[in-house]
Amino acid sequence: MPNRSLIATSAALLMAAGVSMAQAPQTPAPARPAAAPAYRAPRTADGKPNLNGIWQAMNTANWDLEAHSAAPSPIKEFGTTGAIPGGSGVVDGGTIPYLPDALKKKKENQANRLKLDPEVKCYLPGVPRAVYMPYPFQILQSTKHIMMLHEYAGAVRTVYMTDQTEAPADSWMGWSNGKWEGETLVVDTKGFNDLSWFDRSGNFHSDALHVVERFTPRSADTLNYEATIEDSKTFSRPWKISMPLYRHVEPNAQIMEFRCVEFVEDLLYGHLRKQPTSK
Amino acid sequence: MRHQTLVSAVVVSVVIAIAMAATSSVAGQSAPLEKPRAVAKAVAPTKAYTPPKTPDGQPDLQGFWTNSTYVPLERPNNVTKEFYTKEEAEAAMKRAAERESEQTEPGTTADVHYDFTQFGLDRSQSTFATSFRTSQVYDPPDGKVPPMTAEGQKRVQERNAARKTAGGQYDDVKNMPIGSRCIIMGGAGPPLQNAGYNANYQIVQGAGYVMILTEMIHDARIIPIDNRPAPPSGVRQWTGISRGHYEGNTLVVETTNFNGKNPFRNGSENMKVIERFTRVADDAIEYKFTIDDPSTWTRAWSAELPLVKTGGPIFEFACHESNFGIANILAGAREDEKKAAEQKKGSSN
Amino acid sequence: MKTLALAFALLSTATALAQSPSYRVPRTPDGQPDIQGFWTNSTYTPLERPKGVTKEFYTAAEAEALIKKAAQGESAQTTPGTPADVHYDFSQFGLDRSQSTFVRSLRTSLIVDPPDGKIPPLTEEGKRRLAAREAEQKKLGGRWDSAESNQLDDRCLIMVGAGPPMMDAAYNANYHIVQTAGYVMILTEMIHDARIIPLDGRAAPDQKVRQWMGVSRGRWDGDTLVVETTNFNAKNPFNGSDENLKVIERFRRVADDAIEYRFTIDDPTMWVRTWTAESALKKTVGPIFEHACHEGNFGLYNTLVGARLEEQRAAEEAARKGAK
Repeated sequence: MPNRSLIATSAALLMAAGVSMAQAPQTPAPARPAAAPAYRAPRTADGKPNLNGIWQAMNTANWDLEAHSAAPSPIKEFGTTGAIPGGSGVVDGGTIPYLPDALKKKKENQANRLKLDPEVKCYLPGVPRAVYMPYPFQILQSTKHIMMLHEYAGAVRTVYMTDQTEAPADSWMGWSNGKWEGETLVVDTKGFNDLSWFDRSGNFHSDALHVVERFTPRSADTLNYEATIEDSKTFSRPWKISMPLYRHVEPNAQIMEFRCVEFVEDLLYGHLRKQPTSK
Repeated sequence: MRHQTLVSAVVVSVVIAIAMAATSSVAGQSAPLEKPRAVAKAVAPTKAYTPPKTPDGQPDLQGFWTNSTYVPLERPNNVTKEFYTKEEAEAAMKRAAERESEQTEPGTTADVHYDFTQFGLDRSQSTFATSFRTSQVYDPPDGKVPPMTAEGQKRVQERNAARKTAGGQYDDVKNMPIGSRCIIMGGAGPPLQNAGYNANYQIVQGAGYVMILTEMIHDARIIPIDNRPAPPSGVRQWTGISRGHYEGNTLVVETTNFNGKNPFRNGSENMKVIERFTRVADDAIEYKFTIDDPSTWTRAWSAELPLVKTGGPIFEFACHESNFGIANILAGAREDEKKAAEQKKGSSN
Repeated sequence: MKTLALAFALLSTATALAQSPSYRVPRTPDGQPDIQGFWTNSTYTPLERPKGVTKEFYTAAEAEALIKKAAQGESAQTTPGTPADVHYDFSQFGLDRSQSTFVRSLRTSLIVDPPDGKIPPLTEEGKRRLAAREAEQKKLGGRWDSAESNQLDDRCLIMVGAGPPMMDAAYNANYHIVQTAGYVMILTEMIHDARIIPLDGRAAPDQKVRQWMGVSRGRWDGDTLVVETTNFNAKNPFNGSDENLKVIERFRRVADDAIEYRFTIDDPTMWVRTWTAESALKKTVGPIFEHACHEGNFGLYNTLVGARLEEQRAAEEAARKGAK
């Protein structure tokens, strides 16, 4: 069965990646919050660091993981409401290490963003994009499962803390297995399809994507978030993004419905609407 | 190329999802029709059962559950009693299971769309909840949804009229059922209803919250249990907004703030749903709900259907992302129109 | 248009600014030399030395005569019935420099290096780039063919005063400097452009980040604030500079009412050598009022409407003549 061999292949790639990651030269980190003094998070009833809460990134990573200047809206009528704010980037070392063909594809993606970006079509965001989209997400923590419940498209990720298995098939959000390393929740995600993007600038991946994320409490209301991205079909080496995540502290914070399918139906299927019969 | 990949991904995901559900039921117990599980008058708390607790002290409802069942919402017309005998219940289930597999008669449209027997889409191949109840509705005692108020009847008429003026079902994506449009499916509720297939749920509890994930379209309901009030009435959602609390070992969830676009049995946006979850066995949750919508029904009404344990995990149900069906149906309808127009032109010549 | 009253007195008649040896720069609570307050760099001194002038300094009498002549030139704009008069009445609204505080200097040019007081010659690459830019601008057509072909300041995008380097903006050449621990902020009155300068030694951002005013990083060198600015987007070239421009500014308070301001232009792709100018920031009175330029930019709209109307009339005229 082709699916089986796929899993086996990606597992082999991962092992290879583990080695090359250890050998990868250390790239200078971008400006980010100074290393917080060791912070010990409050504990859940079962004794784990308590990450429960509604969180959100406060940056422009969803526009472009790399550093970028402000730019106008791709749609004139949106005026300033659709414009792109500048940002200092969240990629360690500044630049995503694309293989040459992949870089070409990234540029094509970027040039045809309105046609190709899955976010435009209300498709599931994938990982790590779901974490830094400009929508909140809720971490709901139990002993066996940690849920990541995203407002955007109602995307859901189950992080298996026990009963861990390989991904049964490729999917948009991948298959996440988690573990605790001291204060840090480490989430290992594989089993992706090749359809999601990392941002609105066309940064993308293949189905060989492997993401290792680290969620570390840095104060009562902030987390340090890191994701190491490995995909030997697309990148010449593993690379890392990092950013803080902020807790929604307003008492009425809650994940709202963002059932965006309805919002894009005219865009996706409008050309198939029955035309009024001509006289 | 891209299209090719997408298609294969979809096929694989459907097969896997189905296979997982099927496997779990086969592994979990013997064939349900021969030996229906938990056949009792109704799932009722046994005196001896004490539900386990989560680390933070909530009654533990966690795990993978299904409300797949052959018990209809309303009592069939010719039935007058509240409960079947064991033999009657099994016979009713058998008839229903046979009806489902009829869909797969080779060469029929239904067979092309979904082969129920092959992919485990019929209930009888997976775990399903059995009950001697002749209907889910137990109050009113006649097992029927109560009569509608004049306002409710008027609303139904208006909805039907609006639907007619909007044109045929295949004229426009907006005229198609919201399930086909991948916006929401029957199972998500509230109230939770048997979705026909994939009627699976995952419940996860964290400090201060209960989360109910519906497999279909990955709808997660996040229910705070800290007595916070519902938001202002200006906030309206497809699945409403849920607030929970415990009464003893029972989780009580009240949901309001519906947007009225997914009316349950033609209810209004003023509908209030009160759900009660009580774990009555390691592998069963008693699930009762009350529908309170005075602008639609002459009285409140209540129903019960069980949630029984099923095997996990739940796989990603990316409905919209691969919704070729809707594009193909609409394209087909436009093609039919074109052909009809050409034919008309040809015959008039 | 400026609505708040400015000081009308001609304050200083000092020649080049020099710090009195006894002057002690005040300190902010966190110990920085204090350069806060409201300042202007309004001046009649040109950036480059006028043709025919060979010396670095005028005599006091020469300088006064030139200021008087320049001030008369400004008020000549208000001759009744001229377009300039309709556009801005300089004398009435205090738009000419001589009605407000301005910086007096005996210097014949702001440029102090090269010693000839002129911007140095362009490199070959610089000439090529300038020609390419002019060709690009020509493609946009005439100034009034579209909003995009008009001037940056008429479009309310940025005005010359903001810089860096900060240059006399002809009117409203006012700044507000505010300091806090780790930061100096320079607000330009025109189009409310605020430059936020961190002093903590952080590096300039990734080269991919490009801004109209670049990105500034500052540090204290004794009592002198040194600000280096890079990461320009080159859409607002300073005298023809490009995106490789680095501006090094030096602010030194030399009196309660004066800051010596020097800047060096380092852009090796454009000029054969770096060049340096010296000006001053003179204390003026606050507060600074909101300069909401774009929000009230009827001028740009009306100019474009007028241009289209004139074209229409010309076409009608031509058609009439053709018909005859």
